[in-house]
Amino acid sequence: MDADGLLLSLELASGSGQGLSPDRRASLLTSLRLVARDYRFARVLFWGRVLGVAADYFVAQGLAADQLAPRKTLYSLNCMEWSLLPPATEEMALQTAAVKGRFIGDPSHEYEHTEMQRIKEGDKVYEEEVVVQVKEEIRLVTIIDQIDKEVSIIPRGALFKTPMGPIHVNRTFEGLPLSEAKKLSSYFHFREPIDLKNKTLLEKADLDPSLDFLDSLEHDIPKGSWSIQMEKGNALVVLRSLLWPGLTFYHVPHTKNYGSVYVGTGEKNIDLPFML
Amino acid sequence: MENWSDLKQELEGQEENEEHPLLENTAADSSKESEPEFSEPRESEREKPEIAPQFRNPPPPSPIPHSSVSTSLHLLRGPRTPSPPWPPQEPSPTPSMDLAKLVRATPSPSHSDKVVHMIPESGTPHSTNRQPSLDEVEENAFQLSQHPEFHQQEQSNYAKKEPKVDIFQVEDSDSNCDPNPLQPGVSEEAPSMHEIAVQNAKAYLLKTSCKSGLNLYDHLSNMLIKILDERPENAVDIFENISQDVKMAHFGKKLDTLQNVNEMLPTYEIAEKQKVLFLQGNLEGTDQELEDEIGEPPFPNIMESAFYFEQAGVGLGMDETYRIFLAIKQLTDTHPIQKCRFWGKILGVEMNYIVAEVEFREGEDEEEVEEEEVTDGDSEADEADEDDLPRSFYKAPQPIPKEENRTGANKYVYFVCNEPGRPWVKLPSVTPSQIVIARKIKKFFTGQLDSPIISYPPFPGNESNYLRAQIARISAGTHVSPLGFYQFGEEEGEEEEEVEGGQDSFEENPEFEGIQVIDLVESLSNWVHHVQHILPQGRCNWFNPNQKSEEEEDEEKEEEKGEEPDYTEQEVGPSLLTPISEDLEFQNTPPWTVRLSSNIIPQYAIAVLRSNLWPGAYAFSNGKKFENIYIGWGHKYSPDNYTPPVPPPVYQEYPTGPEITEIDDPSVEEEQAFRETQEAAVLPEEENEETEEDEDDYD
Repeated sequence: MDADGLLLSLELASGSGQGLSPDRRASLLTSLRLVARDYRFARVLFWGRVLGVAADYFVAQGLAADQLAPRKTLYSLNCMEWSLLPPATEEMALQTAAVKGRFIGDPSHEYEHTEMQRIKEGDKVYEEEVVVQVKEEIRLVTIIDQIDKEVSIIPRGALFKTPMGPIHVNRTFEGLPLSEAKKLSSYFHFREPIDLKNKTLLEKADLDPSLDFLDSLEHDIPKGSWSIQMEKGNALVVLRSLLWPGLTFYHVPHTKNYGSVYVGTGEKNIDLPFML
Repeated sequence: MENWSDLKQELEGQEENEEHPLLENTAADSSKESEPEFSEPRESEREKPEIAPQFRNPPPPSPIPHSSVSTSLHLLRGPRTPSPPWPPQEPSPTPSMDLAKLVRATPSPSHSDKVVHMIPESGTPHSTNRQPSLDEVEENAFQLSQHPEFHQQEQSNYAKKEPKVDIFQVEDSDSNCDPNPLQPGVSEEAPSMHEIAVQNAKAYLLKTSCKSGLNLYDHLSNMLIKILDERPENAVDIFENISQDVKMAHFGKKLDTLQNVNEMLPTYEIAEKQKVLFLQGNLEGTDQELEDEIGEPPFPNIMESAFYFEQAGVGLGMDETYRIFLAIKQLTDTHPIQKCRFWGKILGVEMNYIVAEVEFREGEDEEEVEEEEVTDGDSEADEADEDDLPRSFYKAPQPIPKEENRTGANKYVYFVCNEPGRPWVKLPSVTPSQIVIARKIKKFFTGQLDSPIISYPPFPGNESNYLRAQIARISAGTHVSPLGFYQFGEEEGEEEEEVEGGQDSFEENPEFEGIQVIDLVESLSNWVHHVQHILPQGRCNWFNPNQKSEEEEDEEKEEEKGEEPDYTEQEVGPSLLTPISEDLEFQNTPPWTVRLSSNIIPQYAIAVLRSNLWPGAYAFSNGKKFENIYIGWGHKYSPDNYTPPVPPPVYQEYPTGPEITEIDDPSVEEEQAFRETQEAAVLPEEENEETEEDEDDYD
């Protein structure tokens, strides 16, 4: 959700029970403005909150003018002092894949897990136990990156692709009509398209190249990984990800108000097929 | 695209329908249009040098009005239906094309009287031959709106005539975006992507706004007509004003569509329902006596606890909380309720559940007589029928009876509704088997109470039972209070045997003085459970399954004795009011997280307790008050993946023993030997008998 309209956004996204206490709100409003100035961001998003056992991570993201360009991610424990996170790499994802359980809330905490590694010495192959240590900060980076790639979404038409390539906020976006807002196909993944290239010509025929340049939600696997609901008497569409429980997206039809926030433990729900 | 196909259909339809009625017309038209050639050759000749350079294609051999008509027609017909340009003698079969009409109307202002006649004529065949469509109505409206212009044009002199032809030529080429001259030969080629894109763009421009009934294409052409008529000084500067003027001048009939637009109905429906919630207060407030009667309301101050929860960063937002507040008030007004709590909200895939925890007034809890499950009836019936064959020895395990109302897991009654304002539904009471199975499955709630739960192992009941079981589990796990707030009741609880489940009743401690918030944060032992632990059996109070079988089924007791142990070890859980510091830790994760709501102003902060076992369960206490709430998906947390339970063991077959095996068939030798021995045994007897008989005979 945009840092500028934070209060309204929080009220709108509150249906899942996750809010911010008044002192957190006030401090976020103050500190995110400073973050935008210091890091020269065009736009600052309040990304969400990762619940730890001892403390929570508050996460914000800074956007450049091109909306799909890689973003910078910051975290804070007290909503005032923000630290920049390193960009996520595949190597980090491999490292943290074995880590399970809740976040602790201490960025310097090191998870330890043993791995069997094969070591070749001449002809003999030994299996040795190697203790791998992963910092919680690294794990936080990869989790944020995964959530961004898998479930961060925008409504169709909110962004448009300029002829030169960069993607900009669509100023003439007037919100989705009510009939469209209830369909998954009017929401897009907010990431570089993956499935779009694999579409057949026939499927691409109806797409508008300046608007339909992202992957639509309706083909997500497994089917039913989204819960779409009308709340407050049909005045608000709320999408909740069942794959990453805690991600809430809201949109008020016919207005420009949309955004998403993640409040959760930072764990993927791999039991989803059993639960549907 | 639809518009385009409409136009096309119309065009074709017209060709079919109107060829005959319009034959005269076309003849008349051609004669009309050919008139200028002959009657005013001086004019056209005089103007030609000016016009020729503006036509990018060399001036066609036919006279100018004709060329303009044919090109515009070609344009409108588009590359979809590539066809040779219309023969000049029948340019009229496309009167439905607005532009064509314009083009045809404008070059002949000199014969404006004829033109005005001609348009209604061309319009009539539509309405008579086919059902009038919206397009046509608009068309007519458009024609109407054109009339003033025609009158203006009537007054315009001849000199202006030719430039107008130019204008349309220019406009055509503009809208086509085609730098190449419009030559008939080009259109006969296959439609290129570019042309399709042009058509799409045009179709988009022709899309009629549902508010005003206008489309941009018409609007632009009207504006250009106006500009060229009036020739303002700096047209580009006052372009917006011209646009507004044209829109103001547009005269559109308000169309009656005979059909109510009901797209927004659901929005109004829920608003109508919630209106009742807000009105109920007024009705009651007027009754003075009632107000006096209500000493203490049966529902808590939800807004107050919502305020504290907001400090903790939990809650549904002020707006929704207040609606829930009203809905709970409505619930207590309509049911005999002694005490009511807002339990929380369980998220579902399609709808959510708002849950209220209710205690009925003494003796007033209506209890529906539920049908007892008949399990043994079938096997007994079988017994009577077939005596010979062995019956199945398998007996379903002894069903564990559910707990009585107001005790154990059924201490409270729960009401749910999907949204404040919708009707409250009472959940059925929970049975131990439902709890046991609910522990083994993990399903998302859909939001429909009657939807089936498809799971392994099969869940006995539908979603309302599953919801009730989860509520019971969550309550038992996460409802906590500060130490000392509740104490064991002294008079009550004596009827039950103390050994079985410990004391199961408690009451508020009148001498509770409150606990320092900082103590609540620092030590988990200052928080205690005030809801009974649910045993693995699925009940709060131990029920001995063997005991009952001894009493009721004395005959079968002896058989059972051999197979089963006589005494199942009693399951014991933590007793009531046990501190949460004794809760089990799971996989290095503490079960509770407790902290101050604010680090900046700790003096006025409250203690916030968060359950890590049931994500979404919170409790707060400011020392004197406390409240519990649950907002979440209704699932227990586990660091590992959910593992479906293993299938039950396969029953072993009967061991091969003397009852199963059979000896070989008797061989001939054996039978012979047997016969011999028999004969040997029988012979003496026979002899004896014979002798006896003989003796008798002799007697």
